[in-house]
Amino acid sequence: MEYFAGKYDVLVVGAGHAGCEAGLASARMGCRTCVLTLNMDNVALMPCNPAVGGPAKGHLVREVDALGGEIGLNTDRHSIQMRLLNTAKGPAVHALRAQADKKSYQAGMKQVLERQPLLDLKQATVERLLVEKGKVCGAVTSTGARFEAEAVVLTTGTYLKGRIVIGDLSFPGGPNGQFPSVGLSDSLIDLGLRLGRFKTGTPARVDAGSIDFSRMIIQPGDDITHNFSFMSDIDHREQLPCWLTYTNEETHRVIRENLYRAPLYTGAIQSMGPRYCPSIETKVVRFSDKPAHQVFIEPEGRNTSEMYVQGMSTSLPEDVQLAMLRTLPGLEKVEIMRVGYAIEYDYLIPAQLTLWLAVKEIPGLFAAGQINGTSGYEEAAAQGIMAGINAALYVKGREPFTLTRADAYTGVMIDDLVTKELDEPYRMLTSRAEYRLLLRQDNADLRLTEKGYQIGLVTAERYKMFERKKTLVEEEKNRLERTMVPVSGEVKKVLEQMKSAALPQQGASLAGLLRRPEIGYEQLLQLPLEHPELPPEVREQVEIQIKYEGYIKKQQAQVERFRRMEEKKIPYDLDYSQAQGLSLEAREKMEQVRPVSIGQAARIAGVTPADISVLLIHLEQKRRRQTTRQD
Amino acid sequence: MLGLKNYLAGGLNLLEDTIAAISTPLGEGGIGIVRLSGPAAFDIAKKIFRSKKKEWSAAEGHRLVYGHILDPAGQIVDEVLLGYMKAPHTYTREDIIEINCHGGIVPSKKILELVLSAGARLARPGEFSLRAFLNGRIDLAQAESIIDIIRARTETGLKLAVAQLNGSLSRKILELQDRLLGLLAQVEANIDFPEDDLEAATGQELLRTVGELLEQVEDLIRGAQAGKIYREGIRTIIIGRPNVGKSSLLNALLRENRAIVSDIPGTTRDIIEEMINIGGIPLKIIDTAGLHETENIIEKIGMEKTREMINRADLVLVVLDAGRELVAADLDIIGSVRDKKAVFLVNKDDLAEKKISVEELDVLAAGRPVLWVSAKEETGLDELEEKIFEMVMGGHLSGTDDALVTNTRHKQALEAAQRHLTDAVAELKKKVPVDVAAIDIRAAWEALGEITGNTVTEDLLDRIFADFCIGK
Repeated sequence: MEYFAGKYDVLVVGAGHAGCEAGLASARMGCRTCVLTLNMDNVALMPCNPAVGGPAKGHLVREVDALGGEIGLNTDRHSIQMRLLNTAKGPAVHALRAQADKKSYQAGMKQVLERQPLLDLKQATVERLLVEKGKVCGAVTSTGARFEAEAVVLTTGTYLKGRIVIGDLSFPGGPNGQFPSVGLSDSLIDLGLRLGRFKTGTPARVDAGSIDFSRMIIQPGDDITHNFSFMSDIDHREQLPCWLTYTNEETHRVIRENLYRAPLYTGAIQSMGPRYCPSIETKVVRFSDKPAHQVFIEPEGRNTSEMYVQGMSTSLPEDVQLAMLRTLPGLEKVEIMRVGYAIEYDYLIPAQLTLWLAVKEIPGLFAAGQINGTSGYEEAAAQGIMAGINAALYVKGREPFTLTRADAYTGVMIDDLVTKELDEPYRMLTSRAEYRLLLRQDNADLRLTEKGYQIGLVTAERYKMFERKKTLVEEEKNRLERTMVPVSGEVKKVLEQMKSAALPQQGASLAGLLRRPEIGYEQLLQLPLEHPELPPEVREQVEIQIKYEGYIKKQQAQVERFRRMEEKKIPYDLDYSQAQGLSLEAREKMEQVRPVSIGQAARIAGVTPADISVLLIHLEQKRRRQTTRQD
Repeated sequence: MLGLKNYLAGGLNLLEDTIAAISTPLGEGGIGIVRLSGPAAFDIAKKIFRSKKKEWSAAEGHRLVYGHILDPAGQIVDEVLLGYMKAPHTYTREDIIEINCHGGIVPSKKILELVLSAGARLARPGEFSLRAFLNGRIDLAQAESIIDIIRARTETGLKLAVAQLNGSLSRKILELQDRLLGLLAQVEANIDFPEDDLEAATGQELLRTVGELLEQVEDLIRGAQAGKIYREGIRTIIIGRPNVGKSSLLNALLRENRAIVSDIPGTTRDIIEEMINIGGIPLKIIDTAGLHETENIIEKIGMEKTREMINRADLVLVVLDAGRELVAADLDIIGSVRDKKAVFLVNKDDLAEKKISVEELDVLAAGRPVLWVSAKEETGLDELEEKIFEMVMGGHLSGTDDALVTNTRHKQALEAAQRHLTDAVAELKKKVPVDVAAIDIRAAWEALGEITGNTVTEDLLDRIFADFCIGK
């Protein structure tokens, strides 16, 4: 029996990291929003590692935050440890990584959703989408509830036709003991969408009480208190340590002897898993000469004994998992609380999406997160906020919101997803970003908060803070460029202490000194001059912008030229079969991707410079014929 | 495919760069034309062109100016007529410069290289016509023919590029790219997986390796410049018994091919050296006939000196007389070129009665070409030129083992790589963080990718996951 269960502007299917951001963005932009979750106890579930951030992923978190999203704030509130990684490297790759208290993270995010005006959170399993006259208009649940909506955002994670594999055991299931979602997958195929299949995995969780930590190396958090969000003002946090141990020859022997029972090697798993997140059996086979692999033991929260065994992701049988874990120093008597597993799931081939995460062929339908073939909470959150924003803009009849490769990691990710073919779950990496020095985690607010404000997602309070920071940075940069350091005995002494060369006769500006490798902003403060009191994030910004000015300018010049190619638009409905002289491969690929610009077309694999020239000619031919017709 | 992604990622612009190309067929005709089109055409020309008329570009419209092309050291490269045409009344509707220089591949190629170093980009196939069309200069009816040009030339271009990639240059460039990629993979793996217990590359190590690679790139570029064929010509020796017609053959070749240089300073007058131009390739012909025509050269200067001359030659033209059987002196000569690249020319093809044994000659030639020519009737010379051209372009002739950069596009890519690596070295010396220097290293890799057609992101990720055990 089907019944009418409510009418919304935007319906979000799934309440993981993508769904939460999508729902919040939509509601915050004034749309009546309903978020449906398979299980009310699993909102913002972290089925894999209890960590947020790291290189590139931390950048995504900051970007979501700068646009007015929640993942940064919620991580700050529920973190049990934070470290800034890559500090020996340049500012573009500094990366904040947090251990989160899983349960508390979930409860926190759930409450944010519950308290969000215009947002309803409901437990339901969506069985099929409602499409009328080619447009999406709602969804029906397994209990017959019919939700009507102008726009639907699919954020279903790894649940679509999920299949769990542990050794020779295999059964339908979602992550972490959940039910899979079967009907929706078929509904998408019925709508003419193309699905692919990926695999990922997770390690066992073990009991802290059974671990001898004295045989492991402690990994504490940083002494300094960090925050992801530009809005957080948490200045103290009780931290829990992680622990480091190593596999050894015995571990590898156990694994090798049981490879005949490993689904990855018996052929029981055929789908492609991520190379950056290999199972321990894959690592032992592929890097057989490596005598030891790192294993991090990470707490899953303050109020639990469950520990995550980072680095031991596996789908080996349960008895082998236990045997191999017990070969590790400190884990000799370990007890498994939850067993590791591999999961196979359907994903929507993302070439079917636009740069604003709308499904091309079905107006009103959007998709974000793991359903689009990505992996990771952060990747999901960043797509979630973009899909939520665009669903809201769609309902309001406004132009879509996109980010380019020169704006944000989020832009790089979405452009990659819709332009390239995936052959493994997509993870954000800093090496995917061409303009890395401009897309830093420290300047995510300077890059995106203005945009977030314009689309109505960033609050007035955040915007005011942002404007103030921007002004302070500009003023301080000007001051440093203008202020000349006079040649004096005192200055000479200070410089000597810093092992920096003496000033030239005419003196030097503060900015000039800051460009010296051995001098940072802190050092400038030791010079006998008057200095303003500035917040640390302003000092950091000033130092980076002045020190790396040369490279920043170089990349800005590249971006300028990049933009010109992006501005050469291609009509969405272009009939590529009419473009005479296109190679067959280029034509097929472009028909699939339907690039919005010459720049994007050029990034499609198999499209050559000659194809681009031919396409330019075709567009010009079309333009002239149209002009003639109008005359 | 050939580097569009690199090309765009490197910030080059398909439509707004100033492009340049040699617009006359290589090596043919009395003049060569190097054409530039784009917003910077005039500025680039000003950097390399000197005329008595100081403000040569001041006048409106189209003008032809007499002057010289100078290299960065201020040396005269060629005397030229420079045509300038101001937008929009030009073929492409952009500013156009046409440098009319002496014919042959040497001056036009050198001038092309100068304009490229001065900021122009080598035009892609059909790019002048493409711009003409996009800027409304060419009507709709001709669009199809432009597409054909782009398609056809791209295909030949690709074949040529592949052909030129065979051999030692490609090996060296691929090696270079491989090492750059390995270096990048190490840096990038460390950035993306900082907790993965990977060996980190320090700035010092990076500096050392990048410095080494920079030297290799510079060697390749030097090889391209000092090298070889195009600057010095192919050292070609004409050898044969007296009265077989060496001199008349040379004269016939000279009549057909305008001599570029008739007198090379610093060479002795004992031996006549002539530069001739075959299909755009300069041949430096050493005419042993210039010694003493009437005497047997082998007797005259001795086996040793002859051997030395033959050894130094890139190519030997052995001239034989169709009217006589092979005699001992012929066999001596043929024996002395046993290991050389040679063409056997049977002269006096015009004679009615031929006594030379074709079978015997074929055996002695050992697979090298045998051609019938007549210096008197000037027949067979085109065939000879074709054969020489084929041997040079087919890579059969190369004076040294050094990789030879014949393709301007390759050279431009190498020079771009050199610039980026030089930047990387300078920045690493200033102790910038490795991830920042990696930006330059990546740009150098991408520049070489213009030659090899690889794209960096996917290759880099493949390399990271192949080299390093990653993943917690």
